[in-house]
Amino acid sequence: MKVKLNVKRFDPEKGSRVYFQKYEVDMDDQATVLDALIHVREYVDPTLAFRCSCRSAICGSCGMRINGMAGLGCKTKIFQVAPNGEEINVEPMGNMKVLRDLIVDMGMFWDKIRAVEPWLQPTGPEPEREHIVPNQAMIDLTVAMNCIMCGSCVSDCTVMEVDKSFLGPAALAKAYRFVDDPRDGHTEERIEKYSKPGGIWDCTHCYFCVQVCPKDVAPMDRILDIREAALNAGIKNNNGSRHSDSFANSVKISGWLDEGRLAVESHGYTNIPELLPLIPVGLRVMMAGKMPSPIHHKRPGSKYVKQLFEKLEG
Amino acid sequence: MVKYAFYTGCVSKGGAPELYQSITAVAPKLGLEFEELEGAACTGAGVLTERNEELADTLNARTFAMAERLNLPIMTICSTCQGVMSQANHRLKTNPGYLQRVNQHLAVEGLKYNGTATVKHFMWFLAEDYGLTNLQSKVVRPLTGIKLAAFYGCYVLRPTKDLEYDEHPERGEYLDQIISALGGVPIDYSGKTKCCGFPILTMNEKNSVTMSGNHMMEVKELGGEAMVTPCPLCHLSLDGYQPQAGKIKNVQIGMPIIHLPQAVGLALGIPPQTLGLNKHIVSTASFVGRVRS
Repeated sequence: MKVKLNVKRFDPEKGSRVYFQKYEVDMDDQATVLDALIHVREYVDPTLAFRCSCRSAICGSCGMRINGMAGLGCKTKIFQVAPNGEEINVEPMGNMKVLRDLIVDMGMFWDKIRAVEPWLQPTGPEPEREHIVPNQAMIDLTVAMNCIMCGSCVSDCTVMEVDKSFLGPAALAKAYRFVDDPRDGHTEERIEKYSKPGGIWDCTHCYFCVQVCPKDVAPMDRILDIREAALNAGIKNNNGSRHSDSFANSVKISGWLDEGRLAVESHGYTNIPELLPLIPVGLRVMMAGKMPSPIHHKRPGSKYVKQLFEKLEG
Repeated sequence: MVKYAFYTGCVSKGGAPELYQSITAVAPKLGLEFEELEGAACTGAGVLTERNEELADTLNARTFAMAERLNLPIMTICSTCQGVMSQANHRLKTNPGYLQRVNQHLAVEGLKYNGTATVKHFMWFLAEDYGLTNLQSKVVRPLTGIKLAAFYGCYVLRPTKDLEYDEHPERGEYLDQIISALGGVPIDYSGKTKCCGFPILTMNEKNSVTMSGNHMMEVKELGGEAMVTPCPLCHLSLDGYQPQAGKIKNVQIGMPIIHLPQAVGLALGIPPQTLGLNKHIVSTASFVGRVRS
């Protein structure tokens, strides 16, 4: 099978030029993108730089962007991304500084992982032997524990693209692993910490991390799990949880969303500095001739919606 | 005529009434008949799902049961509604025990979801059922030569496993294909499949409008004359908060943001006012003028 690669190159020792280089190699039908890159490095161009180790989607070394989406080179079969012999674009991961060719500086990635304190912090006297926990309590954690720290989710995170202070999907998925661990004794402090700016409420629901994660950790879902834990723990002094409460309350009462109320309640009725900028927004909406009615009518059957909320939310 | 149970979503009845106005103007031109699901609740837009998945899925199962009762497929006009409903439907259809429990909740209202509902975004309908060639043949006022940037909205793009991409692998390209069918020139740009920033507007406005500003500036630099979106939440972000995005970028962006049914309606010869093109925060006059000329 002929494989055409178009690889993004950069060598700081040769200046700041970034360019694409094309390679064409013969590979067997089951070859992966990493196999093709190794072939290039071994037999065509020894200057091509990339990280790899296990070739089995275990070590997490070969994160890269393949046709615009982050993933593992060793887990991506050529026939999946180029079924008709198309050229395959290979680039370094995003949101991290490129050191050379496909190698990125993972320093920021590890800083964020460390920032969530990814170790057990039990309280109380140490057990005589090991901590005993029910199997069921650990099953939910196994998803988050599947993370191999490849950086794919961080690479394609749309929030980190505009704000490097965001803890990001990998670190927050790791954070969930400890929030949900029954052996940990600092759950509330952890949630408080992760609820601060740059934490759980800054995720946009864009699903990029869910889509690209090669181990089905679904980091965004883990972030949402921490949000649920925050709401349940009553850690609500932030716009994110106020937004969530207002949204739910609006649907509970009327069956649908009261957008005007949501905008105000998310900031808080007494948060004047954040409420003032809403005035020009409202004026522009009014001038466009589409100011929603100040009376938010109930949808037909809304009493049943309310009953469902009362039954399932308590 | 093809009949659908029409799910309007909250925003087309609230902050973006021009979307409702335009879809109801376009529908008869395409032989679409709507039975509006007036009693259907909000999908939860992902916010309710993260609070309480079973509650959110029950609200959506309630909507599905209403459509089943009418024996009609559901049509949506919002990427977010579509994505949330697709995900809920997937969970309900693949877990019989869960569906049974959800049905117990619905029994009070005399409703039952049998797991047969189909939910289809207007954009998917155009490409998969109506057909792009058919659409092209109905165009009387082509958007010839107008450079248009598709902006899809996350929920109709990811996660692909819940959105039947295996069966319809081109769903991530439909909007560009529709723009072409209407005579326009679709622009390829990196922001096309990214987030508009809307979900964090009230949590972190700076990040939110930086995202939308980046996309609009990219389109502007590529010569784009307007952006087209099938998601009213993206529209609120790109149109409603464009002045704030411009402030961050230190420039007046001036990018018209067009709802998909408005673009279709204009090409089908419907007057701009009927499509609510006069009800935008950022003037659509430059785009409308180009279509007229």
